[in-house]
Amino acid sequence: MAQPKYADVNVGDEPIKLETAPISRTTLALYAGASGDHNPMHIDIDYAKAAGQSDVFAHGMLSMAYLGRGVTSWVPQSALRSFSTKFTKITRVGEKIIVTGKVAEKMEAEGEKRVKLELTAANEAGEVKLAGEAVVALA
Amino acid sequence: MIDKKHIGRTTAPQTVDVEKGRLKFFAKAIGETDPVYSDEEAAKAAGYASLPAPPTFTFCLEMETNSLWDNIAAMGVPVGKILHGSQSFKYYAPICAGDKITFVTKVSNIFDKKGGAMEFIVEDTTATNQDGVLVADIQRTIVVIN
Repeated sequence: MAQPKYADVNVGDEPIKLETAPISRTTLALYAGASGDHNPMHIDIDYAKAAGQSDVFAHGMLSMAYLGRGVTSWVPQSALRSFSTKFTKITRVGEKIIVTGKVAEKMEAEGEKRVKLELTAANEAGEVKLAGEAVVALA
Repeated sequence: MIDKKHIGRTTAPQTVDVEKGRLKFFAKAIGETDPVYSDEEAAKAAGYASLPAPPTFTFCLEMETNSLWDNIAAMGVPVGKILHGSQSFKYYAPICAGDKITFVTKVSNIFDKKGGAMEFIVEDTTATNQDGVLVADIQRTIVVIN
């Protein structure tokens, strides 16, 4: 991977863009098994309905994993110093997630040149599901 | 309302194995096709000891300790009432297949908003590897919809 250089990166750049396939029930079943999050709210429609939901909904951490994929498609994971998100809306079966990442700040910290990224995961209509940020170190 | 006495509740240290097959399965489940996450040779060529755990897999490892479910059960909160409010990680060293990661999770705060209609549980976790190196600090906020 050609790694971005600190000097070449500018505040306002949008180096990260990733679009997923629509989230299916299979996606949720695989994610439940692989992640170890077996909360039935994400995989069992009977449970979800009994809890007052109209259907199962996606694991927030699945979309955060998509944000992570966005970051590591731009820089190697070894450059990742911190990563956080708020989960603002529930993601429903059938929605596509579009990940974008924008350079919010350039800084020096702990002897490294670092860049703060603003990350969002939204559906195709632009409804923001996750609002996050990551700090990466660049050479 | 959740009893505030649970603030400070801390799990005993629990150690989880980072399994190669599980990492490949996770990469598939999140649609990650970068060979670094599924091909050990690619991972080694990229400087990792073995397949690296993707950024959010640290959370999955911690879930193996059952601390989330144990904590909400102790607080009397039904699983069907919780949502994930926020999640954060600080990374200090890679986690790779073959590592053994020890987690300690502490309930650092419990508070409510909207007159108790929403309650928030904040949990802080440390992740330490088999060499005693702190590899990550993790924080999650769970929202309880009353």
